[in-house]
Amino acid sequence: MVHHELRLSGSGGQGLILAGIILAEAALYDGKNVVQSQSYGPEARGGASRSEVIISDNIINYPKVGKCDLLLALTESAYDKYIDSLKDGGTLILDTTVNKVPERKDIKVYTIPILDTASKKLGKAMVANIIALGSIQRLTNLVSKEALAKAVLNRVPRGTEELNKKALEEGFNLINNQKDRLYGEVC
Amino acid sequence: MPKSNVKLMQGNEACVEGAIVAGMEFFAGYPITPSTEIAELSAAKLPKIGGKFIQMEDEIASISATIGASLTGKKSMTATSGPGFSLKQEGIGYAIMAEIPCVIVNVQRGGPSTGLPTAPAQGDIMQARWGTHGEHSIIALYPSTVKEIFYTTIKAFNLSEKYRTPVILLMDEVIGHMREKIEIPNKDEIEIYNRKEPTQAPSDYKPYEIKNGDIVPEMASFGKGYRYHVTGLVHDETGFPTSDHEVAEKLITRLVNKIEANKDDIVEYEEYRLEDADEAIIAYGATARSAKSAIDTLREEGRKIGLFRPITIWPVAEKQIEELAKRVRSITVVEMNLGQYFEVIDRIAGKHTKVVKYGRVNGELINPKEIIAFINNRRG
Amino acid sequence: MVSHLVEKYFRTETLPHIWCPGCGNGTVTRAIVKAIDNLGLDQDQVCIVSGIGCSSRAAGYLDFNTVHTTHGRALAFATGIKLANPKLTVIVITGDGDCAAIGGNHLIHAARRNIDITTIVFNNNIYGMTGGQYSPTTPTGDKGTTAPYGNIDANFDLCNLAVSAGATYVARSSLSNPNMIIKQVEEGIKNKGFSFIETLTTCPTYYGRKNKKGDGVEMIRYLGEKTINKIAYDKLPEEKRKDKIIIGEIFRGDRPEFTEEYQKVIESIKGEI
Repeated sequence: MVHHELRLSGSGGQGLILAGIILAEAALYDGKNVVQSQSYGPEARGGASRSEVIISDNIINYPKVGKCDLLLALTESAYDKYIDSLKDGGTLILDTTVNKVPERKDIKVYTIPILDTASKKLGKAMVANIIALGSIQRLTNLVSKEALAKAVLNRVPRGTEELNKKALEEGFNLINNQKDRLYGEVC
Repeated sequence: MPKSNVKLMQGNEACVEGAIVAGMEFFAGYPITPSTEIAELSAAKLPKIGGKFIQMEDEIASISATIGASLTGKKSMTATSGPGFSLKQEGIGYAIMAEIPCVIVNVQRGGPSTGLPTAPAQGDIMQARWGTHGEHSIIALYPSTVKEIFYTTIKAFNLSEKYRTPVILLMDEVIGHMREKIEIPNKDEIEIYNRKEPTQAPSDYKPYEIKNGDIVPEMASFGKGYRYHVTGLVHDETGFPTSDHEVAEKLITRLVNKIEANKDDIVEYEEYRLEDADEAIIAYGATARSAKSAIDTLREEGRKIGLFRPITIWPVAEKQIEELAKRVRSITVVEMNLGQYFEVIDRIAGKHTKVVKYGRVNGELINPKEIIAFINNRRG
Repeated sequence: MVSHLVEKYFRTETLPHIWCPGCGNGTVTRAIVKAIDNLGLDQDQVCIVSGIGCSSRAAGYLDFNTVHTTHGRALAFATGIKLANPKLTVIVITGDGDCAAIGGNHLIHAARRNIDITTIVFNNNIYGMTGGQYSPTTPTGDKGTTAPYGNIDANFDLCNLAVSAGATYVARSSLSNPNMIIKQVEEGIKNKGFSFIETLTTCPTYYGRKNKKGDGVEMIRYLGEKTINKIAYDKLPEEKRKDKIIIGEIFRGDRPEFTEEYQKVIESIKGEI
């Protein structure tokens, strides 16, 4: 029985709420139950932003994510704020720009260059969220690759489909390149 | 892959989708967190179906325009939150008195005053009941899932048309803003109720006359040849104001009774794992979801506990709650306030069983662990 | 003999009206009905919306689609009615307190939208229904029950307000010249946009008595002396303009009308999913 709770955190404007929606929609395409929610500060840009997704084979009653199975942190302040909300043995995906080494030894840590890949390799900082989704998919297999690709194309602005497909591939690759550090089944 | 009518949808979006299926043709609103998406989506969708959206200059103007539009025969809605709901009370009273159907959505947030704009709270239970001045009754519905928001919005329109009264849809920020699965049904699978319009000659039309077998007067739309007067003053069946005490008594009693005497038609609720239960939780909206999680865990621990969840929060499901009270040894009312609905439940159930409350007002959804801890501690 | 106007447009069963002897509201109400009659409008397609106050009781006496709303909100109700059914001719009857105090915000925004509603303000410089409190149009220094030592507020120039906010027909008339009221209401209804007509009227019972202005007749005479047509005013030397109130057409503009613009939006996206 799958019941997985994810928290995607960073700053406003990084597209994390959209990322949560896409992930949730992908899970829905796979026939799973899903709840997506978010919280943001009063700032529209900058400030703290987080998006949460619960993916489950069961009916989801309580809709909030408390302790999460997976935490994505794209900024240092998001990391500081949420690192303790990661379950024992949980998975942390940390952007390489976050200058932190977790003290917790019970968790699996993947430090990958999500923001740099977006801004330097693809030349568009705005696709960092899609890269992150690619990495989450490759790492957890919580949603199928096909469902995720479909959900991405369904939700991104018209005219950016090719760019976002590339971003998804880059996200997969960031994990493929670290295969020796992976756990569980990788597709 | 699921069928194409299965969608991931936000609660506020489901409200607009439901409203459009119900026949909404007019929306007037004012931006306020956390209900703004309802206005935004209405602005985008209504003109596509020939409907009208207007952003008014304030909350009172919004409900006033909503009522005005309804007089022309258009199903109308407005949406707001906490501070705006306070301002809407003037219009709600008018719509009750003049018997003008409309739907008022209140996506609640922490209060009083500006409070906690993006945080959930269930503090408007009593304001929904008694927010506007004067003796009256009200219909208020309280959905618990995104899917239920869709159906409850349709029900709100249907009841408002059927009983010629404003219907309040109380929502939780948590559900208004979250996304979950919803299967949009075909339109022909949904029952839609439209107000009964007069058929007699305009010269024979009395706008507030109750005909045999009817619950409410027939309602003519402006522009159809039935010229009549609408007022918030006490009026007789011709619609014209009067200060006659007998007429006043008769009118106000009728306005209250058309709702209170038709509870069987209006009241909707869910019972969850109550069949063999010897203790019960009563909760509504998002809090009921936490209660269900808590009940599942407590059941695993051997407790015979279940949930009674009012979907119609006003009028109260008195009969059902009293029945429940007779067969359980305790009822715990869980809500994100300090006992607004508890007071109501206690009045009904208190003579049959022990009624206790668990309330929080910190701007967070009460979680299942808290409920479990409360129930377990209380036992000890 | 009952006049044609009363017979056709008044709900005689609701009469007699509540207005005091010497009150100007009846004259203004008749002028509105006369204008409607002159224009030959279909009664079934006319909607009269009023707020709360002495003047707002007029709606109940008139045989159209009529709505007596809450205090100050007539324009907000009327906006909903007009947008929902643009075929209706929508006329708002309001008073100085209703329109300029509690309903001030709605006035500004209805004018800004240039929505096709004709508003007639019965300006009697006082809250009559509640017994003589000073209003936003009570002249500075004048008395009301809530200004027992004289009003220290500056009073509103409602026409200037309507012009600034964007109304496309603005006029002022006075009880001393009832034909002008009729003409202005006609022009207001004909204008495709927001029309604002301020009519200076009399409240001998409260404003008159509190300020020693005499009875209704004297008050009308006073209005006649005080008001001056805009054309004549423009010719007056500066020193003689002081204390005069301009009547006549004050402003005409040409701007897109709200419900027509909304219809264009509907047409432009028709068929989009």
